[in-house]
Amino acid sequence: MATESRIEKLLKESDATIPRGTVYLVEDRCKGCGLCVEFCPKGVLVISDRFNKKGYHPPELVEEPPLKVCINCGFCERICPEFAIFVKKKEE
Amino acid sequence: MSVVQANMHPLDNYLRTERLPHVWCSGCGIGTVLGAYLRAMKNIGMDPEKTIMVSGIGCTGRAAGYVKMDSFHTTHGRPIPFAVGIKAARPDLNVTVFSGDGDLFAIGGNHIIHAARRNADITVITINNFIYGMTGGQLAPTTPETGITTTSPYGNVESPFNLAGLVAVSGASYVARWTSLHVRRLEKSIEKALKKRGFSFVEVLSPCPTAYGRRNRMRDPVDMLKYFQEHAVVKHHINPLEGVIEPDKDFIVGEFLDAEEEPTFEDKLWEMTKKEFLYTSQAERTAWILEHRRHLETLSKIISGRGER
Repeated sequence: MATESRIEKLLKESDATIPRGTVYLVEDRCKGCGLCVEFCPKGVLVISDRFNKKGYHPPELVEEPPLKVCINCGFCERICPEFAIFVKKKEE
Repeated sequence: MSVVQANMHPLDNYLRTERLPHVWCSGCGIGTVLGAYLRAMKNIGMDPEKTIMVSGIGCTGRAAGYVKMDSFHTTHGRPIPFAVGIKAARPDLNVTVFSGDGDLFAIGGNHIIHAARRNADITVITINNFIYGMTGGQLAPTTPETGITTTSPYGNVESPFNLAGLVAVSGASYVARWTSLHVRRLEKSIEKALKKRGFSFVEVLSPCPTAYGRRNRMRDPVDMLKYFQEHAVVKHHINPLEGVIEPDKDFIVGEFLDAEEEPTFEDKLWEMTKKEFLYTSQAERTAWILEHRRHLETLSKIISGRGER
C-alpha cells in the first residue's frame, strides 16, 4: 500500500524505532472469545486451529515485519477478560 | 514468531489463581473490568492487605471470590450497607463495592441512593450488562426500550434507569460511565475513583453475549463491543441527566461529575464519636474495636446458641 511504503521510507530516513513486544499466553485460561484478535490495533493476532485443555481455540501471533508487528501497546492484555494474554517489551 | 507460553500473568499476585478460569462466559466483560480495577489498584500502589471488596449476588457478584484480598460476598442487593458498615468501623481500610446493575439498582436500589446521599467514603463499581444474566436473562430496570429478553419477548416497553444520572443527583462525589471497550480510560477513571474521598461511582457498560446479545442481534461478544465502539460518544462534565441510553442511538460515556471534596459520612461520624467517647485518635478507636472483637464474637456465639455457656 502507498501509505505503508511511505511509512517505511520515513522510518528509514529518521532514527525513530517502533517499539516491539513479545506476546505471552497462559493458554489453558483462554476461552476463545476473540476480543484480542478483533481489537488488536496492528491485527497481528489470529485464532489458531489448535485446541487448549478446555477445548477452545487460543489466539496465535502472525507477524509480518517491518510494519505488521506487535508494538507492545498492551491492549490485548487489557481487553482480555480471562487474565490469559499479556505483552512484555522486547529488549533489542 | 508465535506466542510464548507462560504460566504466570502479571496480575496473578492479586488473584486467587487456583480458582481460574472463572465462571463468566466467553466474551463477558466482567473479567475485563475486574482486570482494570486490579490494574488501577496496582498503579496507585493500593495495599491489598488494606482493601476490602464487597459484592452482592449475580454474575458480577462472583468477582469477590477471585481476588486475593479480604472480600465479602453478601446477601442480594445489600453490598452497600455492608460496605458502609465496614468503613464506619474501620476507616483505615479502602472499601470497594463491585457488583452488578440488578444487584445494586433493582434489588438494592434503595441503598445506593442513600449511601450517595450520606456521601459514604466507598467506591462503587457497577457492571451494567442490561439484563439479569445469571437467572436466565429476565428484564432488568436497565434493559433499553425495545430490548428483547425472556420476560419481554415482544420488546421492553419500560424506560430504563440512567444509573450515572441517578447517583449523581443523589449526592455522589465522583460519577463516571465507561464501556468495557474503553479499558485505558476506565483504568484511569477507577484510579481517580479510588483516590477520591467520598462516594465515588463508576458505571461500566459490558456485553452479555449469552443472555442479552443473543436475543438482540449481537450474538457474538465482538458484535456488542463494535456496537459500543460505534455509539459511545466521549464527553466530560455534561449534565448527568443527559446520559440516557436509547437503543440504536449514540450514548454518552465519560466523567460526569468530579465534585469538590466534602466531609464524608465517616468524618461526621468520627467527629461525633470523638466528642461522645473521648477518643484521641482514629488508631485508638480501631485498637478498641480489635480488642473487643473477641468478646463480641463470643457474645454472638452465645446469642446464636452455638457457643459454650
